[in-house]
Amino acid sequence: MTGMTDVASTGGGPGASGIPSLWTVAAEAGDKLQAPSIEYGKLSPVLIVLGAAALGVLIDAFAPRKVRYSAQLFVTLAGLAAAFAAVIGLAASGVGTTKAQIAGMGALAIDGPTLFLQGTLLLVGIVGAFTFAERRLEPAANGSRVDSFAAQPAAVPGGEGEQQAVKAGWTTTEVFPLLMFAVGGMLLFPAANDLLTLFIALEVFSLPLYLLCALARRRRLLSQEAAVKYFLLGAFSSAFLLFGTALLYGYAGTVNYSAIARVVSGADATSDPVLADTTGNDALLLIGGALVVMGLLFKVGAVPFHMWTPDVYQGAPTPVTGFMAAATKVAAFGALLRLLYVVLPGLRWDWRPVMWGVAILTMLGGAVVAITQTDIKRLLAYSSIAHAGFLLAGVIATSEDGISSVLFYLGAYSFVTLGAFAVVTLVRDAGGEATHLSKWAGLGRRSPLLAAVFAVFLLAFAGIPLTSGFAGKFAVFKAAAEGGAGALVVVGVIASAIAAFFYLRVIVLMFFSEPQADGPSVAVPSVMTTSAIALGVVVTVVLGVAPQYFLDLAGQAGVFVR
Amino acid sequence: MIGLLVGVPLLGAAVLLCGGRRLDRSGHWLGTLLAAASFAIGAVLFFSMLGEDAEHRAMHSKLFSWVPVEGFQADVAFQLDQLSMTFVLLITGVGTLIHLYSVGYMEHDPGRRRFFGYLNLFLAAMLLLVLADNYLLLYVGWEGVGLASYLLIGFWQHKPTAATAAKKAFLVNRVGDAGLAIAIFLMFTTFGTFAFAPVLSSAGEASEGKLTAIGLMLLLAACGKSAQVPLQSWLGDAMEGPTPVSALIHAATMVTAGVYLITRSGAVFNGAPDAQLVVVVVGAVTLLFGALVGCAKDDIKKALAGSTMSQIGYMILAAGLGPIGYAFAIMHLVTHGFFKAGLFLGAGSVMHGMNDEVDMRRYGGLRKYMPVTFVTFGLGYLAIIGFPGLSGFFSKDQIIEAAFAKGGTEGWILGAVTLLGAAITAYYMTRVMLMTFFGEERWRKAATPSPDRPDVEPAAETRGEHAEPHPHESPKIMTIPMIVLAFGSVFAGGLFKAGESFVNWLEPVTAFEHGHSPVSAATVTTATVVALVIGVGAAWFQYGRKPVPAVAPRGNLLTRAARRDLLQDDFNHVVLVSGGTHLTRSLVYVDHKVVDGAVNGTAATFGGLSGRLRRLQNGFARSYAVSMFGGAAVLIAATLLMRAV
Repeated sequence: MTGMTDVASTGGGPGASGIPSLWTVAAEAGDKLQAPSIEYGKLSPVLIVLGAAALGVLIDAFAPRKVRYSAQLFVTLAGLAAAFAAVIGLAASGVGTTKAQIAGMGALAIDGPTLFLQGTLLLVGIVGAFTFAERRLEPAANGSRVDSFAAQPAAVPGGEGEQQAVKAGWTTTEVFPLLMFAVGGMLLFPAANDLLTLFIALEVFSLPLYLLCALARRRRLLSQEAAVKYFLLGAFSSAFLLFGTALLYGYAGTVNYSAIARVVSGADATSDPVLADTTGNDALLLIGGALVVMGLLFKVGAVPFHMWTPDVYQGAPTPVTGFMAAATKVAAFGALLRLLYVVLPGLRWDWRPVMWGVAILTMLGGAVVAITQTDIKRLLAYSSIAHAGFLLAGVIATSEDGISSVLFYLGAYSFVTLGAFAVVTLVRDAGGEATHLSKWAGLGRRSPLLAAVFAVFLLAFAGIPLTSGFAGKFAVFKAAAEGGAGALVVVGVIASAIAAFFYLRVIVLMFFSEPQADGPSVAVPSVMTTSAIALGVVVTVVLGVAPQYFLDLAGQAGVFVR
Repeated sequence: MIGLLVGVPLLGAAVLLCGGRRLDRSGHWLGTLLAAASFAIGAVLFFSMLGEDAEHRAMHSKLFSWVPVEGFQADVAFQLDQLSMTFVLLITGVGTLIHLYSVGYMEHDPGRRRFFGYLNLFLAAMLLLVLADNYLLLYVGWEGVGLASYLLIGFWQHKPTAATAAKKAFLVNRVGDAGLAIAIFLMFTTFGTFAFAPVLSSAGEASEGKLTAIGLMLLLAACGKSAQVPLQSWLGDAMEGPTPVSALIHAATMVTAGVYLITRSGAVFNGAPDAQLVVVVVGAVTLLFGALVGCAKDDIKKALAGSTMSQIGYMILAAGLGPIGYAFAIMHLVTHGFFKAGLFLGAGSVMHGMNDEVDMRRYGGLRKYMPVTFVTFGLGYLAIIGFPGLSGFFSKDQIIEAAFAKGGTEGWILGAVTLLGAAITAYYMTRVMLMTFFGEERWRKAATPSPDRPDVEPAAETRGEHAEPHPHESPKIMTIPMIVLAFGSVFAGGLFKAGESFVNWLEPVTAFEHGHSPVSAATVTTATVVALVIGVGAAWFQYGRKPVPAVAPRGNLLTRAARRDLLQDDFNHVVLVSGGTHLTRSLVYVDHKVVDGAVNGTAATFGGLSGRLRRLQNGFARSYAVSMFGGAAVLIAATLLMRAV
């Protein structure tokens, strides 16, 4: 943590001279300590969300059990909505375009991509909160309705304590503050403008997600196993990221993005005598850069750092899976874009071929392995891996179009994902959600509306025209092709064709197979899950039919401030 | 304002179709109100248009850019000129009347709200079709009316005949729609755009071959939508739809879209005489074809459908004559819209009072029981046969005159065909009139409902398997539209003819040349009247003088063929269905052996690969971590290698 205190004590505020380097300022500021300046207005979305999260913790600690649920839900939704309003306000006042700037003493960049991604994340958070709060699906216990989360997470699965908690109808309202902390961290992640902030943000949103994964009401052992795996592997990847940070610091003598970029391009030479031996050593730069990128590739679930995805997606409570699948991807791709475009553009010729390889492996790997999956949640997990590959193709474009197409794709993809997982929560039998694909046979006859909605989502995943999936994929591939990655686009199209097979297989299964006799039933959700699904369909269709406005919006947001 | 014309009925369709049962009680009035509102907007625009001088009457309004791509500009933009205005008034005016009529006609139907939703949808699509300022948007409307027509023909989808008829109409129309699509492709490759103004103004610069190709494809489209030979077979079956639908869509408006298309694309056809010749031939053949079919049908609606086909044949023929005929084609289209809609509504009114009986051999002597229907139907009848002074007389006379003016042998042949058509028209319409309203009351003896018209109004007490019908006049809400249309049938033609007002009105859009007929106008008129008298006389000899047999006699070969729509379905079956089956069989064979072989092979490859790869996912966090570590090592090695090389 010494790095953090150094940053805090030496930041002189972003003056006209640009970003103060850690070391130059420290050298001259022996006599007076400058008070840190914080742009509260520009940071308000993050501050509101984290404030609401803290308030949520207090509610859970002090409010009586009866009012917790409604109070938590109110605080969560109000916080997210207020933060979204703040994002809109910032965007309307031009912060996204002309008035983009580095804030928080160099720690955060508030610019177009940041605001676009924060807005997307907040909407995802709102929809996620809807699915978290759903209490109509599980049978009521002891007169109180319960959600998909464990009654008493600390109790041993199957033990007496758990049975009592279930019988008493307890619920885990802590999920709401956890969700808010995760959202808060995610809001910071794509905005992070130095490597330490990046790391802190990563941990702030990862830890609540590990916890949330362990909280499933049904199949708790699977859920806990998923959480432990996620935590172990997540810690492993954090270590990569942190080690990479150290190496980059050794190379450049700073952790600030644009300062590193200037050292890379040779515009600045660091003057710190302590680092004289390592500064400018390209091996440090290359290895450090690769390690940091790997930490992010783990979060987006790119091959070969994807192994956690299917297990965690399957084990986590489905509302959490939906939220995590959508929001983590948005945040992590935002951070990846900023890192590659702001810090490492000088290394383009080094990282592009490697990223090519990763993108190809990810697209093909995700699509091919998905073919033989039999569990709908695992299927969607592999699908998300394949989509990470498509997104990487847009990242590799290294152009403004690349940025905006990835932003658009993220927005489109996250709503499809949320909707699809929300549908998964509704198909249930006696053991909870019926996620095995054989149980979905003939769903179209039993429940045509739900099956049709799910078919829309699957078509969007497959990238069929008139859905958002097509518009997104088209934008990404177009940017990649114009950026000179034509071969990558060919692979992407082949992978899409493979992926279309298993998406359509589910549709065929739903509509053209005989239903099983002991098949699952479709639960009738409350207005919250309904609106999550409806929003998913509306966004999917609107972005598919009239994508231009949103493409323009993403295009305006396509410039990083340096 | 122009957008509102389309938007108002579209809103109605959306509200009625999405509104749910809450609107069951009031929905039909909402639909009618919106149709009337659309007419009111049309009327306001019309009067403001009259205020301009003739050359500056066209109005343009661009709503938004639909597909703004470099080199491919598709706008949602409207153009309201004199031609479009004529259609707007016809569509909304007749449309409103038929909405009103349907309030009565569909009173007891459980699907009434849906019905009015579809009708509004139709209005919106048809208005889009005639208001579009480019062919692509026109295509949207074109498909929209096709959809509405499909939905309304199959409105009583519980009847297999209606469902089949809807499917047939849909399939046959697809052929025509493909033609329109190809025509638009050709336009885009030839002119680089498909907006009316640039295409039509630069049509003269394109080669004649290309114009002929475009023209023939447009004609194919027109044949599909307007039920012209060889794509005529769907119209007769389309009478399975509720009668107001037959009146609005399959008589007055939608089926005339082909005439609109050809007239609108006049510049293309003017540069392609070969295509024009084909248009004329199609028109002439259909004119006789429809008329012959109309003579043989005992189903009142199918007889009228044959007549519609034949009358549209007149219009297509006139449109094929070029600038000497465009204005007359449209004029006949408008007058036909009045009298044919009136006739269909009359037929509906008769069916309404006769337990939905459609067989004219079970009618007879109805004039006493349905005086209003009799008078309005009678005026429509006089109009369509071209009784001097009524609408049809003026408009048809002009077409016959223009046909002669085509010149040369062609002119004489066309003139003769149109005159012959006029005689047959008089014959079959008189037959309908006599069998329905005159003669003995045949319904008293054999009152068995025909098996293919199940009761649609189970609430009515008079309905029973063998109940004798009690013919009665329809309620006011149905007769008033009929009366209004009857006024149109009587006066519209004279109004249009007076001072050549209609021709002058359209002239800036369609251009107009006076044809030079080898025979004088007076001679043509006399010949027309003679043809009329011959037709009426023949019908009277056959059906008026002696009682009509309740069971159709066997008839000669031609009659039997005409009853089967001149063997159109048999032809389609032998040539298209059997041929198509053989073709698909061989294609399926190739598909199985060659295509599927390749596909299955690929699928098996990926499936096997997938099965092997998924084993890597063994569930152990330790092996996942190893994979990450290995991946990291490879990535770093690769990055360093990139720098090294």
